[in-house]
Amino acid sequence: MIDVKTVTKRYNGTVVVDGVSLSLPAGGVISLIGANGAGKSTLLSIISRLLPMSSGTVEIDGLDVTTTPGEVLARRLSILRQDNQIMSRLTVEDLVAFGRYPHSKGRLTDEDRGHIRNALRYLDLEPLAGRFLDELSGGQRQRAFIAMVLCQDTEYILLDEPLNNLDVKHAVAMMKLFRRTADEFGKTIVLVLHDINFASCYSDRIVAMRDGRVVHQGPPEVIITPEVIHDVYGVEAQVMENAGQRIALYYQ
Amino acid sequence: MPADRRILSPTVVLGGLSALTLLSIALFMTLGARGKWDFILAFRGTKVAAMVLVGYAVAVSTVLFQTITNNRILTPSVMGFDHLFRLIQTVLVFQFGSGLVASLDPRLRFGVEVASMVVFSGLLYWWLFNGAGRGDNRRSLHLLLLVGIVFGVLFRSVTGFLQRVIDPNEFLTVQDRLFANFNRVDVQLLAVSALVVLAVSLAGWRWMRTFDVLALGRDAAINLGVEHRRAVMGVLVMVSILVSVSTALVGPVTFFGLLVANLAYLVVRSHRHALILPAAVLLAVLTLVAGQLVLERVFGYNAALSIVIEFVGGLAFLFILVRGSAR
Amino acid sequence: MKPLPLPIATLPLAAMGIGLLAAWSLFVGVSDVSLATLFDGGATDQATQVLLVSRLPRTLALILAGAAMAVSGLLLQMLVRNRFVEPSTAGTAESAIFGMMMVSLLAPGMPVLGRMAVASLCALAGTGLFLAILRQVPLRSPLVVPLVGIMLGGVITAMTEFIAYRQDLIQSVRAWETGDFSAILLGRYELLWLSAALTGVAYLAADRFTVAGMGRDVATNLGIDHRKVMALGLVIVSMTTAAVIATCGMIPFLGLIVPNVVSLVRGDNMRGSLPWVALMGAGLVLACDIAGRLVIHPYEIPIGTMMGVIGSALFLYLLLRRNGHAG
Repeated sequence: MIDVKTVTKRYNGTVVVDGVSLSLPAGGVISLIGANGAGKSTLLSIISRLLPMSSGTVEIDGLDVTTTPGEVLARRLSILRQDNQIMSRLTVEDLVAFGRYPHSKGRLTDEDRGHIRNALRYLDLEPLAGRFLDELSGGQRQRAFIAMVLCQDTEYILLDEPLNNLDVKHAVAMMKLFRRTADEFGKTIVLVLHDINFASCYSDRIVAMRDGRVVHQGPPEVIITPEVIHDVYGVEAQVMENAGQRIALYYQ
Repeated sequence: MPADRRILSPTVVLGGLSALTLLSIALFMTLGARGKWDFILAFRGTKVAAMVLVGYAVAVSTVLFQTITNNRILTPSVMGFDHLFRLIQTVLVFQFGSGLVASLDPRLRFGVEVASMVVFSGLLYWWLFNGAGRGDNRRSLHLLLLVGIVFGVLFRSVTGFLQRVIDPNEFLTVQDRLFANFNRVDVQLLAVSALVVLAVSLAGWRWMRTFDVLALGRDAAINLGVEHRRAVMGVLVMVSILVSVSTALVGPVTFFGLLVANLAYLVVRSHRHALILPAAVLLAVLTLVAGQLVLERVFGYNAALSIVIEFVGGLAFLFILVRGSAR
Repeated sequence: MKPLPLPIATLPLAAMGIGLLAAWSLFVGVSDVSLATLFDGGATDQATQVLLVSRLPRTLALILAGAAMAVSGLLLQMLVRNRFVEPSTAGTAESAIFGMMMVSLLAPGMPVLGRMAVASLCALAGTGLFLAILRQVPLRSPLVVPLVGIMLGGVITAMTEFIAYRQDLIQSVRAWETGDFSAILLGRYELLWLSAALTGVAYLAADRFTVAGMGRDVATNLGIDHRKVMALGLVIVSMTTAAVIATCGMIPFLGLIVPNVVSLVRGDNMRGSLPWVALMGAGLVLACDIAGRLVIHPYEIPIGTMMGVIGSALFLYLLLRRNGHAG
């Protein structure tokens, strides 16, 4: 379980995350939605200890993220932010292999190799395994980074806008993969998403933020309603139901 | 390993570099020798040892510094080490006169120089990471670099002023110490330096794989469980000891490290420090020994190696940069 | 921070303040020049001579150089779109010094205008190289940009020193590296009027530079030829820097601190901020020079050293107060 207690983040007096308390049960896909600047990415970075908070605490299965040794957390939680640039000249396979570092500290075992192969296969990267990252397109590189994070095989997987740079086909495949990872392996996947309809169709739970606070949370049928969408984004939306899934139309 | 599209495997590259380095050392020791062998070997042996040590320190410190800063165009010298060294030299002569400075116990002088450089950088790191370095760590690292540079300019300004008011004859003795020189290395100091460098290397050895992860950048390193702040601190301390020892031993060497580090990335084509570091060290030693060999035996220069290397290193580095292969 | 609502009248007020500083600057020095001696019968001639030949040119040179360097910094910051660049963190100043050295080596008899022309060309080439490198290097943080510039400057300095060392020109190079107004006399500062004219051109084209500062795409969208504006800006910066270095040597940090302080108060519209930058630049240089003449009277601390010390402190403050925020 991810337990966030009264977390606040301030930059020189500007409050970006404002006293957020949130508890996310283990298992399933959880989406964080909200307008630009609502504090979603900052909150995700704080939960994953990439960014120190100004006040409050975050616990992952009872482990405080600010005091627990990094290597312990790295076997339990993985994080991928946006815009990943790497100085070293790495192949896709090299990068994915780094996902095993928390487990084997760089000396790969047969089990590690199995994980690497699986991750490459799930993300459709086998044909690209030997290519250097700087030779790939943005979408291919994004998939390589996600493969590294999945290869880390942690209980909790946190991803900031993982659909960035992906075309429709790969975006759908990616969401399906997250769904499957949660269902078959019992993982907890927390996503920051901009597309509320992806959030609606694939999440077990949606958390909506506005102005640094959590304003709504619940299953898609509770969140994807005209009232909530108006409250979160300030736009008028129609919600349609299609084969049991709720789709918001907000284009007019 | 994935389908290998590298032209030469790293093992072949390292083997070739080792052979070339040994060859150049052998040539340096023997070529054009006249007179007693034991004297010649001892005399040239000291020089070679100094070059090996400095090459090692410069190569390792530059590669590691670039790893933690995630930037292939920086060297530890941007932190103001060489300016501090020059300031110390100038202040010594200014305060005590060149006569007294020359009669100073070299060990004492060496100790003072190393200590002040290590203490300076230590204070800087401590202050920035604990006092002023709130907020995002990554920004703090770049901030650290800039603050180091500002101190560098400060040292340079004061040095420039002192060098103006100093007597021109005294200035000549200072100037002599301002450029690296492998000809006046003290054997005792060499031994002490070698011990220090060895100790640092042993401490760093078990981090070899951590370096690979640090090169992925701060976020990825933290995600993979590296205590980023502590690791960066540790590397910075190692780097500052290496740079201080090498600077105090022969004088400031600034851009040479850039050249060998970038050449190493180019020839090794791997992300693994276990391969990059030895390649950079071999390239550094090879360049120094072969350079000195050519300068001494072909051109008959004696003291100018470091300046030539800085010059050529700077040019080559600019070339690499503009071609855009330093990514 | 929002621009403070300063009434229009503050600009003339600030100008008056600078006028007072300038008047003070006229009366500071070893020989006795005061209103009394000027109008007194006996010493009149001598005091007037000192005033006209030395003090007045010096004060004018201070004002012109200060304003020009501060404006150059502002201009370069606009063009590179980074708050931390100025001629000495972009390879411009170092390249100009390289040019000056090459002239004294190859054509020592060249008139000062010719020297400046060569230095300007070198400065232009160096700054162009800086921009070319910036396009090749991944910029993860705004602080990387000045780091790149400082590395480039270091490489160029290494080349300069290599040649200077072999030709015994090190002390001349040091003179260009450290700004100093003590040798300014009538007939030896007039080059600076050229930089004043260039500053005027910068003011006339201020709107274009503001737009160019928003990037090529925005500029093109607004119908401005980005390349031409960039070229004009770079020529102004290079010529100004070369003129100042040829006359009195480099003044570090000035182009960095003044525009940053002004932008804190006034915001970034160049037409509005340029007069302020020019005034504050002149004021800071005047104040530093007066202080340098008073601190160890009857000796002088050169302005390069004063600015190195005071500028370091101010720059550190600017750097650290931005920490944790969008750097």
